[in-house]
Amino acid sequence: MKTNSWALSRQKEVTKGRSVKLLKYWDLFLMILPAVILTILFKYLPMYGVIIAFKDYNLMKGVWQSDWVGLQYFHELFAFDEFPRVVRNTLMISMMKLLIGFPIPIILALLLNELKFVKFKRMVQTITYLPHFISWVIIGGLAIDMLSPSSGIINRIIEMIGFQPIFFMSDESIFRWILVGSDVWKEAGWGAIIYLAALLGINDELYQAATVDGANRFRQIWHISLPGLKSTIIIILLLRIGYILDAGFEQVLVMYNPTVYDVADIIDTYVFRVGLGSMQFGLTTAAGLFKSVIGCVLLILANVLARRMGEEGIF
Amino acid sequence: MKSIRGESIFSYVNVIVLSLLSLSTVVPFIHIIAKSLSGETYILAKEIWLWPKGFNFASYEYVLSFKQFYISFSNSLLITIVGTAISMAVTMLAAFPLSRRSFPLKRAFMLFFVITMFFSGGLIPTYLVVKQLGLLNTLWSIMLPMALAPFNLILVRNFFMSLPEALEESAIMDGASNIRILAWIYLPLSLPTIATIAMFYAVGYWNSFFQAMMYITDRGLMPLQVFLMQLVTNSKPGDMAISGGLSEITPESATAAAIICVVFPILCVYPFIQKYFVKGVMLGAVKG
Repeated sequence: MKTNSWALSRQKEVTKGRSVKLLKYWDLFLMILPAVILTILFKYLPMYGVIIAFKDYNLMKGVWQSDWVGLQYFHELFAFDEFPRVVRNTLMISMMKLLIGFPIPIILALLLNELKFVKFKRMVQTITYLPHFISWVIIGGLAIDMLSPSSGIINRIIEMIGFQPIFFMSDESIFRWILVGSDVWKEAGWGAIIYLAALLGINDELYQAATVDGANRFRQIWHISLPGLKSTIIIILLLRIGYILDAGFEQVLVMYNPTVYDVADIIDTYVFRVGLGSMQFGLTTAAGLFKSVIGCVLLILANVLARRMGEEGIF
Repeated sequence: MKSIRGESIFSYVNVIVLSLLSLSTVVPFIHIIAKSLSGETYILAKEIWLWPKGFNFASYEYVLSFKQFYISFSNSLLITIVGTAISMAVTMLAAFPLSRRSFPLKRAFMLFFVITMFFSGGLIPTYLVVKQLGLLNTLWSIMLPMALAPFNLILVRNFFMSLPEALEESAIMDGASNIRILAWIYLPLSLPTIATIAMFYAVGYWNSFFQAMMYITDRGLMPLQVFLMQLVTNSKPGDMAISGGLSEITPESATAAAIICVVFPILCVYPFIQKYFVKGVMLGAVKG
């Protein structure tokens, strides 16, 4: 039936031409229209707006009428004292999150997969997903409270063991680890979902055969579970690499303070502070564009690499 | 199946590791609840661990005594309800054509939406667009820019594509229009997915704060997260002088109570939706 109607419509297309074909689906076009309008307004118009990175943006004149300045802002940006620091912080924080935050959900999914008590498994999942749904403002508030040198529960423990309290939130050498730790705390459980889904797809017979062959749990994980996760792992890794310049805007915005700007100020927070604070629209748009372009290039490169390795890639 | 010694040791270690992990997630919340319910002297003496001492509701009375709390709460509620309704309508309507095999330009539209996941104009150009559209200092400035999440769109589309084709064919034979097929066949069949995606959107709206920080300066429109942020970052805001009658309060217990007040609505909904969303996400995700 399906192929029949399809063939019929196909025939009509050939005879009546393309515009009629599109007309036939007018209601589908109407359905997709709101999404298209919203996307054009709030995603594509801003993309067009990046041309102010090359213009002397003037509020009165607007985006189009403002004068061109060429690459002036980019020269300024790279000559800026703070810019290399901001890029370095972004990369450092992001890399630390990648190195620690990437494998943990995989390990968590493997451990959960090995659990035999369904109720306990469900309980662990329910609990570890929860922080994903809680805002950075709240998690920032929790972290500030837990780590406070005067009243925080963690410093209480440190004092009980007999050490001096630590000023976590204003200590430059520790602050990045707090960012990494709280990020893992918030997202690890949720991140495990996609691997769990992939593990569910692995044929049970493989495990049974391995058990018959005398493989223990670790060997089963190594030879069956991990290979089964391979393509999922590669896709997630690709995405993470594409977003390497997103070090966690909201998180840093909530948790940092002037004493740790030196190690915590990332491109996004810098753009936010300088761009909206001192209205340097052109300069900060140039910084944002720099970030977007590098991210895109990295993503495309990573995708090419994945394809070379025989994986499907993202696109 | 024979149970080998190493196997059971592995199981025990596994259970212990996962229990510790769960505890590390739960303990901070229990601690903050205990703090919010404790008396001042016990907090100052750092005697609060997981159980409140000097039990009282003074911090909650304090937080709830702010008129701004109610203003912000109703703003957040409005953003969440209206925003989620808009998002769901837009997402469902767009996912349907994208799931049709016969729809021409399906791939082009997918590319159109997916590109926005990887490249964006950035903060300032987006701000200027919102400004140009006259949305500054309106709640629309929070709802409209985040109305469509391409990721959710893909999840719904994938779910629609997994529904059996026969259903739709019989409907077409009965002369049903596309909008009827969506409303009477697809939507009733995708309730778990709808619940999941609605939860994603709702939580996004409820938690949104940096849009509000950029686009909203009017205190009357300030959402709850911004109110909380101000309470957390400057623990003694000028207009919040602690009155004599409320001497049981410390800045910490006030912050703790505010955190609980903001997180409470999520904690109320979460257990009910939670069982759906794992299934919903997996159904959407497995079929790439």
